[in-house]
Amino acid sequence: MNPLALVGRTFLEFLKSVGHLAWFASVSLSHCVRRPFYFYQISRHILDIGYFSLPVVGLTALFTGMVLALQSHSGFSRFDAESAIPTVVVLSITRELGPVMAGLMVAGRVGASIAAELGTMRVTEQIDALTTLSTNPYKYLIVPRLIAATFVLPLLVTVADIIGVFGGFMVCVYRLKFNPANYISQSWHYLERSDFTSGLWKAAVFGFIIALMGCYHGFNSKGGAQGVGAAATNAVVTASILILISNYLLTGILFVDK
Amino acid sequence: MTDVPKIQLTGVKKSFGDKHVLRGVDLAIGKAESVVVIGGSGTGKSVMLKTILGMMNPDEGSIKIDGVEATKLSGRTQDAHLAKFGMLFQGSALFDSLSVWHNVAFKLIQAQHVARKEARERAIATLASVGLSASVGDLYPVELSGGMQKRVALARAIASRPDIIFFDEPTTGLDPIMADVINELIVKCVRELGATTLTITHDMASARKIADRIAMLYDGAIIWQGHKNDIDHSGNPYVDQFIHGRAEGPIKMQVKKF
Repeated sequence: MNPLALVGRTFLEFLKSVGHLAWFASVSLSHCVRRPFYFYQISRHILDIGYFSLPVVGLTALFTGMVLALQSHSGFSRFDAESAIPTVVVLSITRELGPVMAGLMVAGRVGASIAAELGTMRVTEQIDALTTLSTNPYKYLIVPRLIAATFVLPLLVTVADIIGVFGGFMVCVYRLKFNPANYISQSWHYLERSDFTSGLWKAAVFGFIIALMGCYHGFNSKGGAQGVGAAATNAVVTASILILISNYLLTGILFVDK
Repeated sequence: MTDVPKIQLTGVKKSFGDKHVLRGVDLAIGKAESVVVIGGSGTGKSVMLKTILGMMNPDEGSIKIDGVEATKLSGRTQDAHLAKFGMLFQGSALFDSLSVWHNVAFKLIQAQHVARKEARERAIATLASVGLSASVGDLYPVELSGGMQKRVALARAIASRPDIIFFDEPTTGLDPIMADVINELIVKCVRELGATTLTITHDMASARKIADRIAMLYDGAIIWQGHKNDIDHSGNPYVDQFIHGRAEGPIKMQVKKF
């Protein structure tokens, strides 16, 4: 086969996938603002995505904060800048690590789960059954997950921020023998509201991406068990990559372009 | 037939890429008539059902329900179109996250906005009409045998008292006795409702029991149709081969030779 033809075909397939995803996202968003709204489904997914992700997000944030404090100490002590550690920890956690780590962990836990559930519904004709029962699958399956993930990720990141900063505090105070009052004062002094809110905006975008990728791959899965497995894998991989790309773009918009 | 047919397909064509699944299907089904479409795997039976339901748009041709064109519907007109239908899926397609009674009452609650208490009572009554006790209503689909799942799926299809019911391979995967029980239930329920039904199946015993009229789909078109008693002397070699299950005849199975 002509290698150029192969490159061309791959590129066209990529464009087709992007177009398909954009169409799926726009149809889903249009249903977000049109009745009926399934409030019970939204609350169910808020509980599933938010509450049940707390342990994994909390543990990730705790150890991220702890490691960050240790690493900062090991680096900053070379030029006697240990006093900057509380500021570095709180800014890193609220601006970057809180939303990104929480986003990636939720992408692994929830993105895969959404894709597997919808994929199974697709291959067992449950999504077709919804249509025959006069219920729009976009409104009943997709919209509640999109809304729940978009609203709940900022709440999860708030918790992750608090736990992450607390992790840094624990390491600095109990292992590196910092003064607790000074640590808190130092953290608070340099923290601005925009550091925290920028993380929440990022979290909302990440939540939308996670739910969209899970729904897209699950809703369009084909074949049997193998198709469902591929949908779950693709949902996690694409959501994780898009989280990292959008994090860069959002950082540029929220901090550099101001 | 002087009355307007309940369902009328004229020259319906549907292709997927270069695969021509429906090559011009013509079929008319009268009010309260039971038509069974027989045909081998991959002859387009399921695609035909999906085009009538509006889940797929035909490439060419006309589909009329009660004399009204039903292709390319959207929004409320599609909702009104789907409200006329009930469907029993080949694999039952019960929602595994919902209890049995909730599955049966799904359309009543979500689409017809019947109060949950009344919907539950109607679901339990419908379950009784297919021979299932009220206690089954609180179980989940995964706790039921294949035969019981089929009964629940039948109950779900008839619970909203639709005008038209589709049965997609209603006896597939059941033992002969349970298959006959399901056939009896279909005949009983449909007679009570006065509904128009379209069934697709390979099972000739089921076809003979359910049908008023039988049509055979082969190579994307209806090649024979007539009263069920005429099928044994149809004079059509394709029909004869199919109903007797002979390997030899004009229908060649597409088996790849290695």
